[in-house]
Amino acid sequence: MGFVSLLVFLPFIGGTLIGVAYLAHLKGFKISQKIFSLLAIWAPLASAYLGAKLFLAVYNDPASAITVKVFQWIEVGDFTINLSFYVDSLSALMTLFVTFIAALIHIYSIGYMNKDEGFAKFFAYMNLFLGSMLMLVLADNPILMFMGWEGVGACSYLLIAFYYKDKANVKAGNKAFIINRIGDFGFVVGMLTLYVVVGKYGFDFASLKANAFLIPEYTIWFITLFLFVGAAGKSAQIPLYTWLPDAMAGPTPVSALIHAATMVTAGVYMVARFSFLYAEVPAVGELIAYVGAFTALVAAIIATKQTDIKKILAYSTMSQLGYMFIAVGIGAYSTGIFHVFTHAFFKALLFLGAGAVIYALHHEQNIFKMNNLKSLKIVYFPMLIATLAIAGIPPFAGFFSKDEILLNTFASGHFLIYAMALITAGLTSYYMFRLFFLTFHNREKSHAHIEQPPLIMTSILVILSVGSVFAGFAGLPEIFGGSNFIKSFLSHSLVYKAEFAHVSHSLEYILMALAIGISLAGIFVAYKRFFRYKEQSELKENALVVAIKNKFFVDEMYERAFVVPLVNTSRFIYGYLDRVIIYKIVQNSAVALNRVSHFYGRVFQNGDVKWYLVYMLGAIAAIAIYLEGLINV
Amino acid sequence: MIPVEYYLGVGFVLFFIGLVGVIARRNVFTIFMSIELMLNAVNLLFVSFAKMHANMDGHAIAMIVMALAAAEAAFGLAIIIIMYKSKESLDIDLFRKIRG
Repeated sequence: MGFVSLLVFLPFIGGTLIGVAYLAHLKGFKISQKIFSLLAIWAPLASAYLGAKLFLAVYNDPASAITVKVFQWIEVGDFTINLSFYVDSLSALMTLFVTFIAALIHIYSIGYMNKDEGFAKFFAYMNLFLGSMLMLVLADNPILMFMGWEGVGACSYLLIAFYYKDKANVKAGNKAFIINRIGDFGFVVGMLTLYVVVGKYGFDFASLKANAFLIPEYTIWFITLFLFVGAAGKSAQIPLYTWLPDAMAGPTPVSALIHAATMVTAGVYMVARFSFLYAEVPAVGELIAYVGAFTALVAAIIATKQTDIKKILAYSTMSQLGYMFIAVGIGAYSTGIFHVFTHAFFKALLFLGAGAVIYALHHEQNIFKMNNLKSLKIVYFPMLIATLAIAGIPPFAGFFSKDEILLNTFASGHFLIYAMALITAGLTSYYMFRLFFLTFHNREKSHAHIEQPPLIMTSILVILSVGSVFAGFAGLPEIFGGSNFIKSFLSHSLVYKAEFAHVSHSLEYILMALAIGISLAGIFVAYKRFFRYKEQSELKENALVVAIKNKFFVDEMYERAFVVPLVNTSRFIYGYLDRVIIYKIVQNSAVALNRVSHFYGRVFQNGDVKWYLVYMLGAIAAIAIYLEGLINV
Repeated sequence: MIPVEYYLGVGFVLFFIGLVGVIARRNVFTIFMSIELMLNAVNLLFVSFAKMHANMDGHAIAMIVMALAAAEAAFGLAIIIIMYKSKESLDIDLFRKIRG
């Protein structure tokens, strides 16, 4: 098991190596892009291999939970935090697909970032990100998890603002980091409260799980709510989601890895990891589920009117994350993680496919301007598979996980959430197929030349397509003859307390048919409107459509409510308080000190020896009198 | 015999005359003489106190101070000569280079 630490540290070492090599390259010690490519991918590939090995080891014994200690990090009296890694079925599964997809995306990026002057810098950041994510997933205690949490946030900022010469990209990066930070504050408050209550018995997950019964109920409410604030910031839920669409300013592989498959799922993972707390407070869980449902619905609505291919995918990520939070909110933790698993495959495929499309059309991102790309078969079929997967069409991956979420929501009695999720499913297939038809079946011939994406990119698309087809079978439910491997595998690390009504097989089939029916309806509507799309005269836009097109003006509201007051306060403090009042005080005291010293110098140090003698004798007289006083005593 | 207090009085008076001389006179040599006067007054005082308390310490100190005064006279006169060479005058008010 000792290779776990290697698994986490190799990406860091790789990233540092690339960074040093890049700096040397800048100083004149030239290194070719080929060598940088090798430096870039050895660490993710090694981690992927080790991740598979780790998963196999845990697969043979799913109930095991092993702690691998690297060294003792903090020791203050009784409080000790070790740098150690916790391997149980949950972290093993997460490690497996995180390393696998990260390795694939690294390989893809070699093709996508070809000839970019920041080629090496990109891979340094990506490796650092992978290392942080693995630290987050495999952490043994909340503090180490938080270090990984912050690490992925920092790398996300670095990678979003990668094309730093354009100020808009830098602002997007800032936005992502700052909103993330607000979430981090919530996380820290929750974590500290947890420590105050039960930390003295050991602050690693195993001890916390064992001692959770000691925490009074309302304290658990407090802790779980604040931890969820952190998750909402990291996973772009309402109200901390506005950074995600802007984050699309970064290179497409970044969007694929960070904002689809891994970082944004950290929030869901965190809730699952703390299932021993969340299972005790179903009311907080319900709140989380409602937030998830609202986010899913609102994001889907906004996505229906977006024109930039990456922004549509960003909102769809937000929407699918909402689904995951619905699942973990109602207590079906393994279902949420199952959706994380399948979503990673098809969302990464969607983003990478979009990257291939953007590459082919020379950086065109507006789906209304895309040429008839049907001829580009190697991109067409993977994108079709991914779109079918996200729409929830069997037997593709998204169907099984999404259906399990819907089933559990229905069985737990949350019918309003079920309805919202169902409507969102219909909207999802509508806007995703809108994207698909407009990208690939457009009648416009605006782009004459299609650039063929290189093999290194298209082969990854093919591999991910296989994943998107088959990943769903990991959680094949009993009615189809499967044993729902994921649920049983993860049950050893998660805590279940929620009551799920038993749903008969026939009802299950009916619900399944309902979900499929809604998805097909969405596809049909999109087909009618956008297949062989021709530029139509502008339909009358009522107020609702305008609101949707402008993302419900949320960014503008935040700007007015938070940003503008802050800026004005800063201006007031600088302009008036600092410049007028404090400057004057400081300046005047400096002048006063100057005058006093000049006076002293002019009078007492005039060079006249006779006066110096007088001062000397005066001092001697004073000392003599003082000593004389001492003698009498 | 003459009471010891009278010797003390003479010593004090001499000391203060010397003190005023150091402060208020302009000629370098006069200042130097006043310093010597102060030293001698101190000698007288020490010896008188020794007689008063029948203690030999005062006598010992007086002998040491006399040797010291001689050495200091040699040293001080050398400095005065150098001072005169730089300014061609014996007016102490002209030597203001000490100012900071």
